[in-house]
Amino acid sequence: MDQATLADLIDGKLPWHQLKEVLSGNKDIARFDLYIEVLQSRVSFKETILLPLGEHLYVVVDASGRRIVKCDCGYEFGPVERNWKCASAVLVRDSDELLEEIYDPWNRCDPSWEELREFYCPGCWSLLEVEAAPPGYPVMFDFQPDIDTFYQEYLGRPVPRS
Amino acid sequence: MTTISTDLSQSPPAGNSPSLIEKMALSKRQYEETGHYKGIDQLRLKQTDHFRYERVWAELRGALVSARETALHISASPIVRNIGELCFALYTPEGDSVVVSTGIITHVHTMSEGIKYMISQAYEDSPGIKEGDIFCNNDPTLGNVHTTDVHTIIPLFYEGELIGWAGGVAHQVDIGAGTPGHDPVASANRYEDGFYVTCEKVGSNHQLHKDWQIRAGLSTRTPVYWALDEKCRIAGCYIVKEALDRVIASEGIDYVRQFMDEAVEEGRQIFLARIKERLVPGIYETASFFDAPYADKAWHPEARIDYLMHAPLTLTIGAGGQFHMSMDGASAPVPMPFNASEGSMQGALWVLLTQTLIYDGKVNDGAYLAAGHNFPAGTWCNAQDHSLAYGSPWAFLIPSFTGLFRLLSRGYFARGFREEIVTGYGFTGDPLQGGGFLADGKTYFPVSNFELCAVGLGARGTMDGLDAAYAMWNPEADMGDAEVWETIESGLLYLSRRYKPDTAGYGRYRGGSGWEALRYVHGVQALQLYSFREGRVFHGGAGLYGGYPNSADYKVRVHNTNMAQLAAARKPYPLGEADPSDSELERLVQGEFLRTNEGMMFPEAFGDGDLFLSLFSGGPGYGDPLERDPQSVARDVLGHVYLPETAERAFGVVVRTSGDEMVVDEAATKTARENLRLRRSARAVSYEEFYARERELITTGQLSSPVRQMYQQSMHLSPSWAAKFKQFWNLPDTFSL
Ligand SMILES: [Zn+2]
Repeated sequence: MDQATLADLIDGKLPWHQLKEVLSGNKDIARFDLYIEVLQSRVSFKETILLPLGEHLYVVVDASGRRIVKCDCGYEFGPVERNWKCASAVLVRDSDELLEEIYDPWNRCDPSWEELREFYCPGCWSLLEVEAAPPGYPVMFDFQPDIDTFYQEYLGRPVPRS
Repeated sequence: MTTISTDLSQSPPAGNSPSLIEKMALSKRQYEETGHYKGIDQLRLKQTDHFRYERVWAELRGALVSARETALHISASPIVRNIGELCFALYTPEGDSVVVSTGIITHVHTMSEGIKYMISQAYEDSPGIKEGDIFCNNDPTLGNVHTTDVHTIIPLFYEGELIGWAGGVAHQVDIGAGTPGHDPVASANRYEDGFYVTCEKVGSNHQLHKDWQIRAGLSTRTPVYWALDEKCRIAGCYIVKEALDRVIASEGIDYVRQFMDEAVEEGRQIFLARIKERLVPGIYETASFFDAPYADKAWHPEARIDYLMHAPLTLTIGAGGQFHMSMDGASAPVPMPFNASEGSMQGALWVLLTQTLIYDGKVNDGAYLAAGHNFPAGTWCNAQDHSLAYGSPWAFLIPSFTGLFRLLSRGYFARGFREEIVTGYGFTGDPLQGGGFLADGKTYFPVSNFELCAVGLGARGTMDGLDAAYAMWNPEADMGDAEVWETIESGLLYLSRRYKPDTAGYGRYRGGSGWEALRYVHGVQALQLYSFREGRVFHGGAGLYGGYPNSADYKVRVHNTNMAQLAAARKPYPLGEADPSDSELERLVQGEFLRTNEGMMFPEAFGDGDLFLSLFSGGPGYGDPLERDPQSVARDVLGHVYLPETAERAFGVVVRTSGDEMVVDEAATKTARENLRLRRSARAVSYEEFYARERELITTGQLSSPVRQMYQQSMHLSPSWAAKFKQFWNLPDTFSL
C-alpha cells in the first residue's frame, strides 16, 4: 500500500473496489510505519507519535522522553498510564431533556437505568468518546497499550526515545 | 447447584485401542504440556506437500458447505430453508472441530462441548458408540446456546475404529416452551424451557428409533417442522461422512488422521500469528448492559424484578500474541430465560473470532484453544446450575459480545488497519413470536419470525455500517422473504417492510440502519404475540471514538382497529411509524394504542384487524457526528435513515428538499455545527466535577433499584470487581450499597 492509498483509507475516501481489495488481501507488514508517517505529517505538533490511540488522539514521546496522550489540536491529556478521560471535559446526558436533545423520546434510554457520557477535548471540543453506562459506573479505561512490548516483541525494534 | 461429572478417571472399555476418554485426556495433557494441539509443533503434512494438504482442506471444506446448501432443502421451516439457520462441522475423535460449513457457526464449538460431554460420561460403555448411531442434544448445560438449536451428531468410523464425528444444528420454529416460539420470554426455570434432549442416542443402524420419533413429535407445537429439520441434519451429517470416506479412499487413513490433527494446530498457530500481526499488546476494557424490566410482567413471583445485566469485558493481549478475555464482575443468574452456559459463551467467542481475526484461515477449534477466557462461575454467563432457564441466553450474550468487536477495533486502529474496525452490531432481537389458530379453529400457525437475522452492523473504521444485513451469530445474514414468512405465519400479514429512521447510531460513519415491519392480524380465531429487546438501555455499549449507540427499542401495537372500514372505504392505511412522535399509525388508524418505552413484551392476545409494529435494531456509530460529511447526511435523510430534524440536532446538518433531491444548506449547516460545538464548551464540566457528581450518586444512595442491585451482585460475586469499584470511587473497604 502506498502513502496516498493509506491516506484515502484513513479519510474514508478509498473507492469500494480498492477498499475491498484491502479487506480481502493479506495485511502489509509495512502498514504501521506508513501509517505513522501519514499521521505524523498531518499533526502540527513536533513530538514523535508512538501509537495512535483513537480519532484525534496519539501517544507521543515528548522532549523529556515522557509518553503522553495528545490531541491533534495540541491539547495534552497527561501520561499514557493515566486514563486520558481524566483530563477531558464531560457532558452527562442523565435526564429525559438532555437525551431528547439528540434522541426521539421513544428511542432514548431510561436515565434511571443508563446515562450517556460524552468526553470532549478541552482544546478543540471534538467528541472523543461516548460511554453508555448506568449512573455511578466507573469510567472505562478503554485501552492501556503495552508500548514497550509492542515495539520490542511485535515490531522487533526499540521504542523511539524522542 | 448441580455438578455435571467430568471425571476422566473412569475405567476405559475393554479392548486394545485406547478409549475415547483416554484419548481426550491425552490430548488435553499434550496441549497443556506442549502448548500445541496434541503436541504437534511441526505441520509436517503442510511442509512436506503444501498443495496436497490444502487440496484436502478445500475438499472437506467444500463438502461441509455443500452439506449445508443441500440439506437445508429438506427442511420445511423458513428459518432453516430461507435464512439458513443451520451449520455442519467435522470433529476429531476427541470432539475438536477441524472443518466447518458456513451458517450459524456459533454452534461449531457448542457441538464440540456436547461430544466431549458424551465422551467424559463414558458413553462408549453406555449407551455405546457404534457405527450407525445417531445422537441428539439441545441442553445448554451440556453444550448448546439454547434449547431451540437442536444438534444431531453421528460418530464416524473407519474399519471399526472411531475416527471422528459429524455434527449438524438447525434452529427450530418451536421448542415446546411455556410460550410458543423459539426464544421463550416467560420461563423462570428449566422446566418451562420446553423440550430438553440431553445428549441422547436417538438412532442406531442409521435409523431413528421409533420411540424417539414419537416423543419428539409430541414435544413441540410444530411436529412436522421438527421431523423435517431432523432429517435435514441427518442428511447433512451423512454428506460429511461420505466426503470423509472419499478423502480416506484417495489419501489413505493415516494421512487423514494426521491431517485432522494438524489442521487444528494450524488453526491455533494462525490465530496467534494474526494477533501479533493486527493487534497491540496491552489491556482493553469495556462493558455492556441489557435491561429486563420484569417487575410488572413476570408470571412467577421470584421473577418480578427489574434486572440490569452487567457484562464487563477485559481483553489482555500478551507479548507472544496470547489472547485472554474475562467477564469478571458479571452480574448474577436470573429467574428468566436469559442465563448462559459457559459453552454458549465459548460458542459466541468463537463465532465472533471467525468474523474478525481468523475469517480466512483454518477456521476451527484451534482458534478456540488459543483464545483464553474467563466466564466466572456462578454469574449469568456461566451459571453452572442446570435448573435455571436457558431458553433465550441470546438476550444477554448478544449485547455482551459487542464489547469484543469494540476492543479488537481499538487494536486495529492503533496498527493502522482501519478497514478491519467494526464498532459493534445491532441487537438481532425483537423476535416477533407467538402462535395462534386460524379462523377454522383447528389450524395452528406458529409465529416464529426470524427476519431479525438482518439488523444494522456497527459503523466501520472507513465507512458506514451495513444496513439491515447483519447477525452476529450467522455471518450469512438474511431477513428472508416476507411472502415466505406469511406462508407459516398465515394469520399475520405484512403491510410493509422499510427502513426505520433514526435507528442508526450517530457518528462520522454511522451505524447500519435498522428497519420496521408492520404486521396485520387477519383470519384468526386466537393469537398471542410477544417480543423482547433492550428499551431502557441502549444495546451493548456505545460506538467508538465519539460514535453514539443505536436507538433503544420501544413497543407499539394497536388493538380493535378500524382497518376493515379503511379498506372498505378504500382509504389509505399506514405502513409503519417513521417518526414515533408524529405517528403515521396514529394519523391513519383508529383503535386502542398500546405504547411502552420498553422492548420487553409478554404474551398478549391479538384479534382480527390488530396491528403490531416490529422494530429492528440499527448499529452503533464511529467518530464525532459533527465530522460527518454533510452530503452523506443529506443522502441519509433522502434514504429514510434519519429524519431531517435528527440530521440537524445530532449532526448539525441542515437539509432542504429540492424536487426529488435533498440538498445541504451549507450556510445554515456551518452555523448549526458552530453552535453545537459552542454548546459543548458551554455545558461540559471538568472531569473532577463529573467525578464528584457521579460519586455522590453512590455515596448518597441515589441509584435506581436495578442499578443498585447490579452493583451489589457484581461486588458480591467478584471481590476483585468490588475492589476495583471501591478504588475507582475512593470508597472505604467497608463500603456497601
Ligand atoms: Zn483537541
